[in-house]
Amino acid sequence: MSRSTSSDQLGRGLTALTGVSAALCALVVSAVILTVVSGAWPALKELGPKRFLFDTGWHPADGLYGMAPIIVGSLAVVSGAILIATPFGILSALFLNFYAPRIVGNLYRSALELLGGIPSVVFGLWGMTTVVPLLRRIHSPGSGLLAGSLVLSLMIIPTFASLADAAVRAVPSSLYASSLALGLRRWHALWTVVLPSARSGLAAALVLQTGRAVGETMVVLMVCGNIPLLPKGLFDPIRTLTANVALEMPYALGIHRSALFVSGLVVLMLVVGLMVLVERVRTEE
Amino acid sequence: MIRRGRGVDRAGLVAVWAAAVLVTASFVAICCGLFAHGWSGLSLKFLSEAPSDAGRSGGILPILASTGLLLLTCLAITVPVGLGTAIFLTEVVPCGHRGGRLVRRSLELLAGAPSIVFGLFGCALFCNLLGLGFSIMSGALTLACMILPFFVKAAEEGLRAVSPELRLAAAGLGLSRQKALAFVVLPAASYALCGGLVLAVARALAETAALIFTSGYVDRMPRSVFDSGRAVSVHIYDLAMNIPGGDKNASSTALVLLFGVCLLNVAFRKLTMRMMGAK
Repeated sequence: MSRSTSSDQLGRGLTALTGVSAALCALVVSAVILTVVSGAWPALKELGPKRFLFDTGWHPADGLYGMAPIIVGSLAVVSGAILIATPFGILSALFLNFYAPRIVGNLYRSALELLGGIPSVVFGLWGMTTVVPLLRRIHSPGSGLLAGSLVLSLMIIPTFASLADAAVRAVPSSLYASSLALGLRRWHALWTVVLPSARSGLAAALVLQTGRAVGETMVVLMVCGNIPLLPKGLFDPIRTLTANVALEMPYALGIHRSALFVSGLVVLMLVVGLMVLVERVRTEE
Repeated sequence: MIRRGRGVDRAGLVAVWAAAVLVTASFVAICCGLFAHGWSGLSLKFLSEAPSDAGRSGGILPILASTGLLLLTCLAITVPVGLGTAIFLTEVVPCGHRGGRLVRRSLELLAGAPSIVFGLFGCALFCNLLGLGFSIMSGALTLACMILPFFVKAAEEGLRAVSPELRLAAAGLGLSRQKALAFVVLPAASYALCGGLVLAVARALAETAALIFTSGYVDRMPRSVFDSGRAVSVHIYDLAMNIPGGDKNASSTALVLLFGVCLLNVAFRKLTMRMMGAK
């Protein structure tokens, strides 16, 4: 009984039906890419990629479509989030595998699972009502790069921690045991033996979460201030590529609308690039 | 050297515990913050009234109805297509088949695509090109494309996990493959299929960015799937961002959404545990 049994045994009709649905799945991907590219095409043709990079600022009403400040804003907020989330993710994985008593570990896993299930719009709402007012006390306006990075990092920590947990757990326990037997202290063994062995799994988790952060819309839309200017400090308001689309799509027309598709296309390309990178990291293993 | 090693070891211990405590604390802070803002606004009336004053007062009944309709329509599209694809991948094509690989690749790409891109896609294809406009139908089609990969993956894993003995026994009793699939394999995989379904619904329920410009903003009771309808998550976004003084009701709505998501998570866990038990 193998799965390679010839398909006519399943009945022609059923085979055809399942084939059609599978083809539909493959078709949807091409449709997504095709729609976004064809939506972006008029702007790319009329303005050219150069203008998107070198126009002075994003002022669609004046025909200026400089996306550089928005791209920089996106990258800045994502880097901030990753910078905060990485130590927490890795330390959580170590906590779950080597430090926590069993009950505490299980509780922490449930907490991570629940935290990971919170919809992004709820994170955004919490950021608006709690994080931004807190930051405003330190430095107005509160909503900006730092607020975005903080809330975004909280959003990606749970999944990152679970993936890192799996990567660390996959390291053979004999490695840890023998390094302890050689007289290494726990932290030293973890830092010099266990974590390096889990390197590729951790890297894959990191890249995967970077992709999620790049594609995230609601959190950055709600807490970043949405001003399309180059950020000069941590408290400066920024606008990301995703927020740019969500903000202007309801009223954009003509070339402006097409420019928003360019914005979406850049996000898609970034995310696909990161996915390819994950594949690379994983096959290196 | 030894003493320094001990210091680092201690520091590591403190850092690990501190990280865990901080993450847990922020989780508690989110829950407490939402409860503090939104708990007082929650009541049976809140769930059974239409919003008034742009959502600042009143309830969320039409929004719940729109969300329900959106999810049902979305599932009506996802389940047959997803199940068909899962059967195709496990029962029809042999492992490593080129077509199967292509479909799997496509689904991986689909699973990774950001929701705002789906929003653009749905808006351009379903709303404009197919002429569905801002409607629950457009939103549901967009959502269906989004959650398809997750459902297919769960269903495929479930079908693969059905023990070969069962299939052999069915074949030995003279059942055709078609009958075996319908009466042996699918029932045996039913917990996994339900689990995948629940997971997909949870994902759809949490989605906002793809719905803003596909299913629209209208907060009236939808009369059909071709009406525009506002999903719960879009309601939270709109109240928080565009309506001054809408924060309180946004938090109450967020609590309702959170409750729904938690319920689905618990259901998923129960189903997975049952599945483990059944094996």
